[in-house]
Amino acid sequence: MLKVKNLTVKFPSRFGDITAIEDVAMSIASGEIHGLVGESGAGKSTVGAAIIGLLQAPGFVADGQMTLADTDLRNLTAVEAHNMRGKRISMIFQDPQTSLNPLMRVEDQLIETIQAHEDISSKDARARAVEILEEIGIQNASERIKAYPHQFSGGMRQRVVIALALSTNPEVIIADEPTTALDVAVQSQVLDLIKELATNRKIGFMLITHDIGVIAQVADRVSVMRYGKVLESGTTAQVLGDPQHPYTQALLDSVPPLDRKIDRFRVPEEESNPSQKDVGNHAERWLLEGVMQENVGLKVENLRVEFPGVRTSLWQKPDSFTALHDISFDVKPGSILGLVGESGSGKSTLAKAITGLVNPTAGHMALGAETLPPGKLRTRIHPSRQIVQMIFQDPYSSLNPRHRISAILSEPLWLYGLVNDGGERRELARAMLDLVGMAPEDLDKYPHQFSGGQRQRIAVARALLARPRFLICDEPTSALDVSIQAEMLNLLKDLHAKFGLTILFISHNLAVVRQMSDDMVVLRNGRIEEFGRAQNVYQNPKSEYTRELLELTPVLPTTWATK
Amino acid sequence: MIAFIKRYEGLWLFTRSPAAIIAAIVALLSIMGAAFAPLIASVNPYDLASFSLMDGLLPPMWEEFGISKFPLGTDDQGRDMVSSILYGARLSLIIGLSAMTIATVLGVGLGLAAGYYGGRFDMIVMRIADIQLALPAILTSLLIDGIARGILPSEIQQDLRVAVLTLAIALSLWVNFARTARASTFVQMQKEYVQAAIIMGQRPIRVMFVHILPNILGPLLVIMTVDLASAILLEATLSFLGIGLPADSPSLGTLIRIGMQFMLSGEWWILWIPTLFLVALVVSINILGDFLRDVFNPRLR
Repeated sequence: MLKVKNLTVKFPSRFGDITAIEDVAMSIASGEIHGLVGESGAGKSTVGAAIIGLLQAPGFVADGQMTLADTDLRNLTAVEAHNMRGKRISMIFQDPQTSLNPLMRVEDQLIETIQAHEDISSKDARARAVEILEEIGIQNASERIKAYPHQFSGGMRQRVVIALALSTNPEVIIADEPTTALDVAVQSQVLDLIKELATNRKIGFMLITHDIGVIAQVADRVSVMRYGKVLESGTTAQVLGDPQHPYTQALLDSVPPLDRKIDRFRVPEEESNPSQKDVGNHAERWLLEGVMQENVGLKVENLRVEFPGVRTSLWQKPDSFTALHDISFDVKPGSILGLVGESGSGKSTLAKAITGLVNPTAGHMALGAETLPPGKLRTRIHPSRQIVQMIFQDPYSSLNPRHRISAILSEPLWLYGLVNDGGERRELARAMLDLVGMAPEDLDKYPHQFSGGQRQRIAVARALLARPRFLICDEPTSALDVSIQAEMLNLLKDLHAKFGLTILFISHNLAVVRQMSDDMVVLRNGRIEEFGRAQNVYQNPKSEYTRELLELTPVLPTTWATK
Repeated sequence: MIAFIKRYEGLWLFTRSPAAIIAAIVALLSIMGAAFAPLIASVNPYDLASFSLMDGLLPPMWEEFGISKFPLGTDDQGRDMVSSILYGARLSLIIGLSAMTIATVLGVGLGLAAGYYGGRFDMIVMRIADIQLALPAILTSLLIDGIARGILPSEIQQDLRVAVLTLAIALSLWVNFARTARASTFVQMQKEYVQAAIIMGQRPIRVMFVHILPNILGPLLVIMTVDLASAILLEATLSFLGIGLPADSPSLGTLIRIGMQFMLSGEWWILWIPTLFLVALVVSINILGDFLRDVFNPRLR
């Protein structure tokens, strides 16, 4: 029904035209879910935007045909294209927080959309809106429709966005990362809904995502994109079960499996530089000198963190919000503890409490044999400042954009008085870059000259240059593409094996945590659901919640993965 | 050359914006003229011996009776208008630049610290800023002027007029810097590189000035240009009203005030030429500030 041929999109720039996508071909039949998968920068979203005619200026379609049934999408006047959008092709965006107008009732947004395309009375439009909301599973729709977007939860809000897309009976819906911002449980509901709509309403879906698990779960056909080109296309079982293109194979190899732990990922093309042995060795020897001390563990007892609530009365003290309810666990010296939880479960708060950024209200923390003073009581020169280092989630904000890599890397060296000679610091920073798989020449560049994965390596190098004994990794791979994630996990595994670091590994992704951890903690709403050996938790979950999480995480069917 | 320009986005945008280019030329010419006034100007308006009453009230050279020795005419004392304007602009720019510098240092320092420490310190600084904002600049200047007259011995009062005026203008401008610096600091505080620095145990001073400050310079630079224009305008206003500089050390505002007397008596140039010069200078600085804002904030493009 929707047919795309030879689609080429270019963006003029001050360096001449840049080809964003080239020669893309695909077709979507009614009732079919066509997955478009690829890593960031592959041009997936550009394909969607070109089809719906919302290419960001100054981008333009340079070549190709796009037809919907018998309408040529390229030869529409502005008015015709405007009528086409919404009426025949709709779009679902990634973030339900921003794709609804926060100041308009859901009712008004739905009615507005319906009336924009059909000449019917507000009353009829409203009736239709209620009907659609009921269809997509919002209970008590005739009441809920009066609510504002912020009164819905994330998953419900995404349903409203889908209702908005459905309200005009489109033939094709383009869903751009529709579940990326959602937790697994909600994600699985939204995916089920999409599948149901495709079957019942015969709507063709174009599902743009970076998550191969999602594709495996719902898509009928899939196209794999890289660098603006479609590399491989076919039925999902065929492409994911028996990939022909080396890139697809590599991509599938880097997807962490949920059902087993693998020692090292096979990585497609190493983004990193092969180590020039003698350079990296210098850093390795230096680190090992520091490792002579014993491994340290972390003990957390009855840790409680409360945040002040929102003041509703001038006279009363507001109720506080408890982010962590008396958490106790311990990280054994030299082991990796995985910490899993959905958004809002208190994972990051826990990391902040350990590093002293957040003041706990009660509880006790000990690093090795020494008590770890909480929050503001921890002085600037407390030894734990050096022993505990952290790797952050967002590599784009964890390095100071105005500092050169050399300045970023030598900071821990002089701060902790580890190396006092400037030349020697530089030498060591260079060696450390080599150790984490970067080129030593990168020392004089600025962070913006690197990709996300490379920046994360630099962040690891900075942490290591403090000679830490304990590493907190807060979602270190969730901003990275799968293949880069695989490299990053390999690196962390190597470092752990070489230097006996103790690691607290925080993630929302159960499959990733499985690859890393010896023990694990499942966190939910600030309470521990489960704590035990990772092996046991995955194979034999005690808590109902853990079991549910494991079931809902989208994975590749085992028959495909173990070829 | 072209390759070099394309490397820097700001430069590249500059070459494509005629308004910014014209504004830059006007501002640059005015500032150079003011800076090298003693070399360019034919007479020194402060030196009574260098001009003669005989030359008084001559019109610009293109008018009848105008002579080429005084291209823009003379005032009633026989001072060359070109020289007066150059010297006046010199004084205006000195006051504007120093006021802006004082306001920047004071405002950015307080704003950074308020954003970094938050809590009570932040509240106190911001309430002081609010109070400052509630007082019109003229009132602040009168206040400082009055205090200065009260406490300084009268011999040095005349010498310190420029300093008092500068301080008064700086005090009415620092709030802009403090508010912007504080808001930008709040944004940066959420960034992980700042958290990393705090976790590592770096000194607050270092975190503020080495880590945060370079990252909030963009918006501050914009305010600096816009506030430079405001400072020049404020100085002109105060001098025009007679609170600022006396007639024997004329700034642009003083020149305009003197020119006011001749507005209706046919000697239009004494009023209009300094006024147009002031407008051109202030508008061009403002256009440059606007251009800088576009460069630093891609969303406005």
